[in-house]
Amino acid sequence: MSQPLRQTNSKEIALSIEDLSFSYSGKKALDQVSFDIQSGECTVLLGPNGAGKSTLFALITRLYDARSGRIELCRFDIKKQTSKALARLGVVFQQSTLDMDLTVMQNLGYHAALHGMGHKLAKQRIQEELERLNMYDRRKEKIRQLNGGHRRRVEIARALLHKPSLLLLDEPTVGLDVPSRQDIVEHVHSLAKDDNIAVLWATHLIDEIYPDDRVIILHKGQVKATGTVDDVLQQTATSSIKDAFYVLTQGLQG
Amino acid sequence: MKILHYWRAMWGIIWRECWRFVTQRERFVSALVRPLVWLFIFAAGFRSALGLAISPPYETYILYEVYIVPGLCGMIQLFNGMQSSLSMVYDREMGSMRILLTCPLPRWFLLLSKLLAGTAVSVLQVYVFLGIAWCYDIRPPLQGYGWILPALVLSGLMLGALGLLLSSFIKQLENFAGVMNFVIFPMFFMSTSLYPLWKIKESSALLHRLAQYNPFSQAVELIRFALYGQFNQHTFIYTLVAFIVFMTLAILGYNPSKGMMTRKGGAG
Repeated sequence: MSQPLRQTNSKEIALSIEDLSFSYSGKKALDQVSFDIQSGECTVLLGPNGAGKSTLFALITRLYDARSGRIELCRFDIKKQTSKALARLGVVFQQSTLDMDLTVMQNLGYHAALHGMGHKLAKQRIQEELERLNMYDRRKEKIRQLNGGHRRRVEIARALLHKPSLLLLDEPTVGLDVPSRQDIVEHVHSLAKDDNIAVLWATHLIDEIYPDDRVIILHKGQVKATGTVDDVLQQTATSSIKDAFYVLTQGLQG
Repeated sequence: MKILHYWRAMWGIIWRECWRFVTQRERFVSALVRPLVWLFIFAAGFRSALGLAISPPYETYILYEVYIVPGLCGMIQLFNGMQSSLSMVYDREMGSMRILLTCPLPRWFLLLSKLLAGTAVSVLQVYVFLGIAWCYDIRPPLQGYGWILPALVLSGLMLGALGLLLSSFIKQLENFAGVMNFVIFPMFFMSTSLYPLWKIKESSALLHRLAQYNPFSQAVELIRFALYGQFNQHTFIYTLVAFIVFMTLAILGYNPSKGMMTRKGGAG
């Protein structure tokens, strides 16, 4: 079972999950999951397909409603103070959710409107985020004209427009080439460091983990290990995350 | 501040839907072809077969083409409402609905805005259709083009809410073909869009009753009267109540703790 992280002076808990369980027609997809995520940290959620990652994301984004357990975003209960909690959340979903026939600017403008931004502020925020990702020159292009890596960048810019405290990314690098992947992994890590954003990154690609990241290993709906990379290595008496992942997932099957 | 947020989000949603519709040319054309086929081919063929007595809001004998125009406006909205509502539900697993639902506004408001946006698109279609009908010499009084707007908004909302309700609760209606066979066609044919109520009564009392209570009939009559500059209170109230009932049930169905998505299950 996980060890909830204690809040320190400089860091705030951005996401707190407590005893979260969820099942689809009797089959348990999540089983008493608990963990905390702090600002300024990049937390990698590792798990094989079917581990419950997508269910967890669906619950945090309120696509489904959890019947047992608690989810708090920046101390706002997702069930009771939904709007306040969601205002602090930025999401990049696994499948693209951009409008292919609209331009980059139109896509981002739509998101800004949903978050209640005025025209001037929206324009300014869009410029800031696109410039950081070297995409500002392409703002007038339709999404259809962009390659997969650039589309992902637009989605990341969009998720950050309203300055969220927590950024969720659901396998954002799937299907991208190596340079695009690296760019995105680096950008997201720098967001945590420079902007003090809490990042929760779901993946099954082990090479996307940085040494100072925190790791949560999810398997068959249960948290098998949590902590810094070193903590997890120690817990599993292994020398690499790849081995630790193997021990915790394959080793326990059967 | 909060009201401004609601306002901006609602216009953002409506603007996006309209813009998407206008830029997708094939969708625009195909949405118009259906009612035009009915008007130019079906109605022309039936012109001689169906004699229509004078009945309100018409003050004189009318051609069959003139009679079915309001019904075809309703048909545009019926198809549009079902289509956009269905896509709202099936998009939600992965599509743009997920982004919409993570924005910090209450779900009922987002759904209502989405319905308004779908309605706005259908209203656009209806006006283009009426423009073509005008060239075809079907010319209701000019003020009718203004009066019809609120009627179209209400009927569009009602039909969109019905689509949303159906798609949240009925698991079998997962594809559009099913909805066509079990909802759109019965609703359309069992209504006053193609033939007046008294004509139906002549052939079957049961059909007459069904057509009378069919909310689609009421919406079509609301549109018909509005197009001729008249306000029909009965159809207005009937359509409004139907909208409120469908919308309330649809919101309950879309609620994550009660709705169908958890029953249906999803990706692990």
